Amino acid sequence: MSAQARRTRLGVAMFAPAVVYIAAVIGVPLAMAFLYSVGDVKVGSVSYHFVGLENFRSVLQSPTFRRALLNSFVFTVGSQLLVIACANALALALKDRFHGRGAVRFLILLPWVAPISLGAIAWKWILDSLYSVINWVLVAVHLASPFDTPMWLGEPALAMLSVILVHSWRLLPFSTVILLAGLSAIPKDIPEAAAVDGAGFWRTHFSITLPMMAPITTVAVLFGVVFTFTDMTVVYILTRGGPYDTTQVVPSLAFFTGVLGSDLSEGAAISLFLVPILVAVAWVMLRMAQRAEIA
Amino acid sequence: MTETVSSVRHGRWPTRLGRWAVLGTFAALLAFPFYWMGITAFKRTGDLYNLKNNPFLFNEPPTLDHLRLLFGQTLFVRWFWNTTFAGTVVVMITLVLAVPAAYALTRLAGRWGERVGIGIFLTYLVPPTLLFIPLSRLVAALGLQDSLWSIIVVYPSFTVPFSIWLLMGFFKSIPRELEDAAMVDGLTRWQAFLRLVIPISVSGILTVVIFTFTLVTQEFVYALTFISTAEHQTVGVGVPIYLVRGDVYYWGSLMAACLIASLPIAAVYDLFLDRFIAGFTMGAVK
Repeated sequence: MSAQARRTRLGVAMFAPAVVYIAAVIGVPLAMAFLYSVGDVKVGSVSYHFVGLENFRSVLQSPTFRRALLNSFVFTVGSQLLVIACANALALALKDRFHGRGAVRFLILLPWVAPISLGAIAWKWILDSLYSVINWVLVAVHLASPFDTPMWLGEPALAMLSVILVHSWRLLPFSTVILLAGLSAIPKDIPEAAAVDGAGFWRTHFSITLPMMAPITTVAVLFGVVFTFTDMTVVYILTRGGPYDTTQVVPSLAFFTGVLGSDLSEGAAISLFLVPILVAVAWVMLRMAQRAEIA
Repeated sequence: MTETVSSVRHGRWPTRLGRWAVLGTFAALLAFPFYWMGITAFKRTGDLYNLKNNPFLFNEPPTLDHLRLLFGQTLFVRWFWNTTFAGTVVVMITLVLAVPAAYALTRLAGRWGERVGIGIFLTYLVPPTLLFIPLSRLVAALGLQDSLWSIIVVYPSFTVPFSIWLLMGFFKSIPRELEDAAMVDGLTRWQAFLRLVIPISVSGILTVVIFTFTLVTQEFVYALTFISTAEHQTVGVGVPIYLVRGDVYYWGSLMAACLIASLPIAAVYDLFLDRFIAGFTMGAVK
């Protein structure tokens, strides 16, 4: 056997177990999700009938689903705008070395590095209908009357706002660190040369730093979109989709329908609405990787 | 001249002031829930639920009652061990699958390696919320429903792709000449991989271990979907879902549990974070 053939055989042998495993736990269920969505799979029955696009039709006609789809976009766009704006400021402030940087960094990273389900339940306590510390402060500074404090998780608009804010809280450290990696990759002499030429801080920031940061900002947004659009943890813990399904998002509705409810097919159809976003993100990432390969 | 350089490096005082204003505000906002976990965990129940008290202060002396309840009368310790056990087994599965695969892609697959690697990395983007419905059936078919093994089998679906990607970056930085020399000395490539590449990759492998372990502790959706008995849960689901009796939240114990579970994970993750971020930034930062 030639050296080349041996090399290939070893390569396949070392690579195959991982691929088979990934195919079994990602590929197979992904294919099943598509099959379920065009069938009539219920909990407790083993029969399967092809029903075409019936599930998608019934899902699209449901006002709850439409609200969830809209909420998903509001949730994603809202938190991404907030996160990117704040992450920019934070990354800039964290860029240089200074005394106490490690400690500040640890505090800022906490929401991302601690389990989100635990962070979210802490927020549920902070936003409690009766003992909310935020409301206590609002009352103390006379911005709210003691008998009419905001019901953060009990009113549709406030609940949606709370969900967006808590998710942004969680994602901000992640985006900050990604942007920070981009900032420190910019050669120091470029902004310094601009400063010597008389460009001020804001001028340098907007005409030099931000454009050079465009690719890394795209990366932060792409991951942010995936992590937000497919997330159900924050919604599930804070509101369970309530009040009256007004904070339901696509993934949480899929959970309530397909996992807690018994309609696997309709649940699968709902969760498949995540696919177009994922495909779009993957496509952009592939193009960016291609460009990096050429460069 | 020296003065100009130092003012560029350390910033003029308005810049410094601006920096601390930004950092102070965000650090306070981002870390606040953890401070709140701490203060809630040690407050007496009467103090917690008295609306007239200033919630930022201890109006009555601190207490360890909530911790006693948490460790004595809840399943918290059990969840802690469940998580540790699941994490350990998932780490082993991940290492066995990802280390050889990453090596094969970097060294044996030629120019296709990088592309396949990116493809594998993209499977990391397939979210639990897309797969949980069919997976719950598969888990049941394997007889693993309501068992810790259900998540042990499923978690490598997201730990393996990302670990392969991280390790590929790591193996690429090892000079090829090292293995070539060993093979000239009579080792086969497999032996060179085992005796040479793995020992010098310890820090990369350690990164994968930490990364996998933190992902296991952070996962929520699969554990919530597959496991329906409190005894079999992990910390991430047990604390927020099962520390609630009916509609009653035991906020003191709940926040104590959150703090105790969060801080060690956060501290370890923090040490390794920069390496994970290098994985996420792909080719966009060189």
